[in-house]
Amino acid sequence: MGEKSEVIRQLRAEIMALERFPAPRMRPTPGLDMGGIESSMLGDAFPIGTVHEFISQGAAGAASTNGFIAGLLGKLMQKGRFCLWVSHQRTVFPPALKGFGVEPDRVIFIDVRRQKDVLWAVEQGLKCSVLGAVVGELQEITFAESQRLQLAVEKSRVTGFMHRYQPRVESALAFATRWKIKPIPSQLEGGMPGVGFPRYKVELVKVRNGRPGVCQLEWRNGSFCPVPMQKDFNGRERQQHYA
Amino acid sequence: MHKRFLSIWFCHLTTDRMAIKRPEIKDKPFVMASPEKGRMLVKASNVVATSAGVFPGMVVADARAILPSLEVFSHNSLLEGRLLNALALWCLRYTPTAAPDLPDGLILDISGCAHLWGGEQPYLDNIVATLQSKGYGVRAAIADTVGAAWALARYGQGRMIAERGGQREILLSFPPASLRLDQGILRRMEKLGFRQIGQFIDMPQPVLRRRFGEALLLRMGQALGLEHEHIEAVRPVRPYLERLPCMEPILTLTGIEIALKRLLKKLCDRMAKEGKGLRAGIFKGHRVDGEIVQIDIGTGRASHHPEHLFKLFQLNISSIDPGLGIELFVLEAPLVEEVNGVQNALWDSESFDNTAISELLDNIRGKMGMNTVHCYLPQEHHWPERSIKEVSFLEGKADVKWPKGTGRPLHLLSEPEPIEVMVPLPDYPPRHFRYRGKIFRISKADGPERIEQEWWLQTGPPRDYYCVEDEEGVRYWLFRLRLYGHGDPEWFLHGLFA
Repeated sequence: MGEKSEVIRQLRAEIMALERFPAPRMRPTPGLDMGGIESSMLGDAFPIGTVHEFISQGAAGAASTNGFIAGLLGKLMQKGRFCLWVSHQRTVFPPALKGFGVEPDRVIFIDVRRQKDVLWAVEQGLKCSVLGAVVGELQEITFAESQRLQLAVEKSRVTGFMHRYQPRVESALAFATRWKIKPIPSQLEGGMPGVGFPRYKVELVKVRNGRPGVCQLEWRNGSFCPVPMQKDFNGRERQQHYA
Repeated sequence: MHKRFLSIWFCHLTTDRMAIKRPEIKDKPFVMASPEKGRMLVKASNVVATSAGVFPGMVVADARAILPSLEVFSHNSLLEGRLLNALALWCLRYTPTAAPDLPDGLILDISGCAHLWGGEQPYLDNIVATLQSKGYGVRAAIADTVGAAWALARYGQGRMIAERGGQREILLSFPPASLRLDQGILRRMEKLGFRQIGQFIDMPQPVLRRRFGEALLLRMGQALGLEHEHIEAVRPVRPYLERLPCMEPILTLTGIEIALKRLLKKLCDRMAKEGKGLRAGIFKGHRVDGEIVQIDIGTGRASHHPEHLFKLFQLNISSIDPGLGIELFVLEAPLVEEVNGVQNALWDSESFDNTAISELLDNIRGKMGMNTVHCYLPQEHHWPERSIKEVSFLEGKADVKWPKGTGRPLHLLSEPEPIEVMVPLPDYPPRHFRYRGKIFRISKADGPERIEQEWWLQTGPPRDYYCVEDEEGVRYWLFRLRLYGHGDPEWFLHGLFA
């Protein structure tokens, strides 16, 4: 029985390699624990060295999405790596990144004048293997353009985050995942007054070689944790549901 | 190095220019004249008029008496300077040091240049032939000193190239005027019967000084090479400059790229040897029609990496218009710095190879403008707008640490936007607020955090910041401007927390 599962594991690894999803990248990434949602992705790890797509609606959604990206960046920019943040109309306030574990002076902001220049700058950044990550804020991207970015990271192993703000269509793209992040009300322990740790409803809409899912995460003490189980009114534990 | 100078004399500079502009008057006699002391004075006359006996300095009325068909054009006194400057720029394709020599000549420092054209005679012939084909009547001569070349160009007969150290023999038979002397000295010499330089060149210096002053000795010394003569080059020579003259004018993009690559290789090899790197570069093409086309680049930090610099130039290379062809390429580095200077030493212990990032940023700057790349360092100010300062990439390290905690919103509005609020009690956070016509009901709030104006920078009321969360979980950063009891406070939305 054990032999059989070993064979299946090897076959899977081979298939992944053929699908340009090489095995070494799928090791569980230390420090990138996402409070449970990574179990819905292949290899039980958040894939790095690929491009992730985030879709947000409204100013609040955009802020939460950027916060979530910043939380991931903090893990990727270990060992003094730099990150490129490309945007057309930037709203990010650098000192706040510190709260997500990112050294703000290690983020290089590229403010381009035209929206279509974002893609060019992102592609240049993704080709530069010294960078820890590249964030791009843009609205529209076509399948061909997404393929170009994906090809760039396959060579350089840089992780890309494409934050699409209010896109007109959510068409299929060549990226590894598609996320939607929304804020949800926070809660302090014991019903204390005041604002608690930020909480997000993280929706993994699409993932290559994995199962999409939804979960609620809280940014606490420098990492994402699952929202603690709370007693419902009828005494049952509220179920976290993964699809 | 042994110095060699070339002097070009434009015999009829302004009239030739006129004839080039208006070919129909080329064979007619005409003069350029300007009013002086209430009469029109001839300032320049063309070849036809000169051969008929009309010379500069004549009154136009007299000249008309000699040549009734004479045409008269007005003379612009600034024209010569402008023309000579343009011609000196054109001559840069023959030598890096060219200087206008008012009123009617050019001086080129051709030390070490002539062999590129196969010797001094072909070099001289090439310049003279090219200028004559443009329509200028010129005489040019080469000698060891500026003075001797000048004299030979204007008074020389036969061979126009003086041997090395041969200026003395040449000058002997020339008139004193060939020493570039004042009219006063020349008149005195005329009176004393000095018709040739040979008559007084061997006289004792004190004798000459007493009669003609220091100027004569200086001019003689300069012509003989005993005194140094400085020429004011039209383009100061940059220490880091490479030139590539082309046999045939270059028209194609590939050709330009090859030229650029060769120049970059030469320049980078030299800079690498000296431990220097380029911070700013200019790539110029001298076109056949006399125009100069150029593109320039800047780098974030000194680099002598030819491929990287080539990439930066390549972004703009298509803006070069070769016209009828480019015959000389020049690559200049006006700004050069030490490579691996202070910046690396200042930077952290984990010595990351930041060169790749610098090159990436140079690429982005080159394509999208210098103002696209922003890096920030903290400043010790509580006022949010002043809490960061912009720096260039890797420019020093923060002398203060980034403030900890999540007290600042991830999204900050560029300008605080006014909102309407409902506050139950003074100093309480609002119950709900209206922003752009929409009502947000607040369920949780933290604050206030009072931030006072920094009186040494700016005066005004303080801000009381609240972090509030609405029923959907969206967090806002609001502030109240002005204290209660000092007029009506105003409320603003300043940011969104992630």
